[in-house]
Amino acid sequence: MSGFPRDQAAIVGIGATEFSKNSGRSELRLAVEAVTAALAEAGIDPAEVDGLCTYTMDNNPEIEVFRNIGGRELRFFSRIHYGGGAAGAPLQQAALAVSAGIAGVVVCYRAMNERSQYRFGSGYTPPPLPTAESAHYGYYVPFGLMSPASWVAMAARRYMHEHGATSEDFGRVSVVCRKHAASNPRAWFYQQPITLEQHQASRWIVEPLHLLDCCQESDGAVAIVVTSSQRARSLRQTPVLIRAAAQGAADDQQMMTSYYRRDITRLTEMELVAAQLYAQSGLAAADIDAAILYDHFSPFVLPQLEAFGFAGRGQAKDFIREGNLELNGRLPTNTHGGQLGEAYIHGMNGVAEGVRLVRGTSCNQVPGAANVLVTAGTGVPTSGVILARPE
Amino acid sequence: MSDATDLVTRARAFVGKPAATPVAARDPVNLPAIRRWCDAMGDRNPVYQDAAAARAAGFDGIVAPPAMLDVWTMSPFRPGGRASTERMQVLELFDAAGFTGVVATNVEQDYDRYLHEGDRVHCTAIVEDVSEEKRTALGVGHFVTLRYEFTDDAGDAVGRMLFRVLKFRPPLAQAATAQAAAVPKSIPHPRPAVTHDNAFFWEGIKARRLLVQCCAACGRLRHPPGPMCPQCRSLEWRTVEASGRGTIHSFVVMHQPRLPALHYPLTILLVELAEGVRVVANLLEAGAQQLQIGRAVALDFVEVEPGYLLPAFRLA
Ligand SMILES: [Zn+2]
Repeated sequence: MSGFPRDQAAIVGIGATEFSKNSGRSELRLAVEAVTAALAEAGIDPAEVDGLCTYTMDNNPEIEVFRNIGGRELRFFSRIHYGGGAAGAPLQQAALAVSAGIAGVVVCYRAMNERSQYRFGSGYTPPPLPTAESAHYGYYVPFGLMSPASWVAMAARRYMHEHGATSEDFGRVSVVCRKHAASNPRAWFYQQPITLEQHQASRWIVEPLHLLDCCQESDGAVAIVVTSSQRARSLRQTPVLIRAAAQGAADDQQMMTSYYRRDITRLTEMELVAAQLYAQSGLAAADIDAAILYDHFSPFVLPQLEAFGFAGRGQAKDFIREGNLELNGRLPTNTHGGQLGEAYIHGMNGVAEGVRLVRGTSCNQVPGAANVLVTAGTGVPTSGVILARPE
Repeated sequence: MSDATDLVTRARAFVGKPAATPVAARDPVNLPAIRRWCDAMGDRNPVYQDAAAARAAGFDGIVAPPAMLDVWTMSPFRPGGRASTERMQVLELFDAAGFTGVVATNVEQDYDRYLHEGDRVHCTAIVEDVSEEKRTALGVGHFVTLRYEFTDDAGDAVGRMLFRVLKFRPPLAQAATAQAAAVPKSIPHPRPAVTHDNAFFWEGIKARRLLVQCCAACGRLRHPPGPMCPQCRSLEWRTVEASGRGTIHSFVVMHQPRLPALHYPLTILLVELAEGVRVVANLLEAGAQQLQIGRAVALDFVEVEPGYLLPAFRLA
C-alpha cells in the first residue's frame, strides 16, 4: 500500500503574512496575501494556479481566493476536515493532483483571524441543527468539558498515570519551543524564552495543563505552492520534495475525545500516519533529521514521538529529558518555535518551517537536514508529510 | 507594509503644525458653566462657586476649576459632525486609511494660573507626535499626540494640555463582543443536540436513568450512541440501564473557560462503568485532592436548570 507518488511533487514556494493577535484585515485578504507571496517566491504567475487546497475550517472559499488572485481555470480544489488535523493533508491532495496530471500548480493555504474574530479556546457552542457532528459535543460540553485544552487534558492525565510523565515533562516541550521561537524573528514570542519554573508557575487552564502548555491564538496566513518535481528543477527555489504524505483516522476515532479506546494514551491515528509515511518513503525513524510535531498542547508531543518510533511506548519523557528536541539533540523539533512559540496557524506554519529546514534556510537550521517530518493536529483525524531534499 | 510607512510619513508632515484652526472660547469663563461642571464631577469646593469663600481663600473672586481648562474652547455639538475649521486633518488621514476607531489614551494638563470669571480662553492644538503602527488590544493603530496651548485675550499662556489618542482599525471582534455583552446574564446551559440516534440517551437521563446502547444481535455495548453496531453491523439495538457503579479512568479540573451554571474549579471525570463503557460527567461534592485514577464512583444526577438533568458521579 505504498502507491504514493514519492518525490514526484515538490514544494517550490512558501509565503506568509505576519503573525499577530489582530491582523486588522479580512481573512480573505490574509489568504490572498500569503498565496501571492508564495507564488512570487516560487516565480510562478498567479494566473497559472489551477489547483487550491485548504481546510474545511478555513473561511475563505477556493473560488474567492481564486478570483481575487486573478485565476483563470481552476481544475482541482478540495478541503480537508477535522481542524488542525488537516495540516499535512492538503499537501497530499496537491501531490496526488500534480502527479496525476490533474493540476499543474496547486496552492495550499490556511488563513485565519483566529485570535481577533473568534477563539477556539473560548469553548464550543453546538450548532442548533441535530447532526452527527453536533451530537458529538453533547457528551462533553454540557459537563463543562468544552475547550480543546480540556479534551486533550483528559488523555494527558491518563498518560501521566500510566507512563509516569509529569507536568514538567510537558513543560520541557514548551520550554524548547519557546527557546527556538526566541531566535525566530517571525515568532510572536521572538526573544521571549521561558524557563521550566515559569511553566510550572503559569496558571491552570485545565489541570493537568498549565497556560504554558497551550499554544497561542493567532491571526495570520501561510501558503505553500506545489508543482511537479520536474518543473521544480527549473524554478528559482531549491525544490523540496514531497517524499511521503498520509492521512489517518483509527479505532473508534472521535473528534478530540477518543476516550472509548482501550488505551487512550496512544494516538493510534498518528501511528497509522507514521506507518504509511515510512512505507511510502522507505525511511525509518533513524532517517528523520528534524521534526515539526504539532503542538497545540504540549502533552500530545509525547505520544507523537512514540508513534513515529523516536521513543518507546511511555518513554518519550526520557527522550525529551535527554535534550533530544534541542537543535543539537537527536531530533531537533519545532525549530520555528512551534505553535507554542511562533504562531498558531493550524499547523500550516509548521509545513513552511519544514520547507525551510530542507532548503537550509531556517533561522534555527539543522545542518544537513535531508528528511524532515511534519505532523498535523493530534487528537483528531490527522495527517503528516515527509519533506526531502533532492539527491 | 509600504502603505503603512507612507501613512506615517504623511501624518508626520503635520508634526509641529497646528492640528486645526485656532479657536477662541464662545463664552467667557462664567459661573453657570462652572456650576454645571462641578455638579457633574461632584466637586463641592466652594472657591469655584461662592465668592465669599473664594475671597477667604485668598482669591479676588470665584475661580474656575483648573481641570476645566479645555472645556472653554471645546467644539460645540453639531448633529451633522464637526465644522471644517474644527476638523483635524492628521486624524482624517487615519480615518481615510481605515483607522476609523478613536480612543483617548492620555491626558496631561499644566496650569499657569487660575481662570477667573470673564477670562476668555484661546486655544491652539499642535500635532506633537505620530507613532509607528502598533498592535494594541483594541486593534492595529497609531498613537497621535496633540499639544493644546491655552492663552488669554492678552496672548499670555494660561495652561497647556497633552492629549493622546489611538486611531485604530476597529476589529470585527468588537462587534461580536458587544453582542455577547448584550446577552442577558441567564445564559441557558448548553443543550445537547438530540438526533434519531441518541434521543434514547437524553430521554433516559431526564428519567434519571443512564442508558447504554446494546446491540440486539451480538450484545455488544456501545457509547456514545450510533445507529450501527461496529462489531456485527446490526442496525437493531436495545438499551441497558447502567448499574451506576464505575471507576475513574481519567479526570481534569477545569479553570477556563467557564459555564455560568457550574462551579469552578470544576472536576470532570471520564468514568469506566462497571458494564465496560466509558462516559464523561461531573464529580459532585469532592475536591480534586481526593481524586485518583481507579477510584470507585457512583452515579447520581444533577439538575443544572429546572427540568434539565445531567448525570454526575459521587465518590463511592
Ligand atoms: Zn452487534
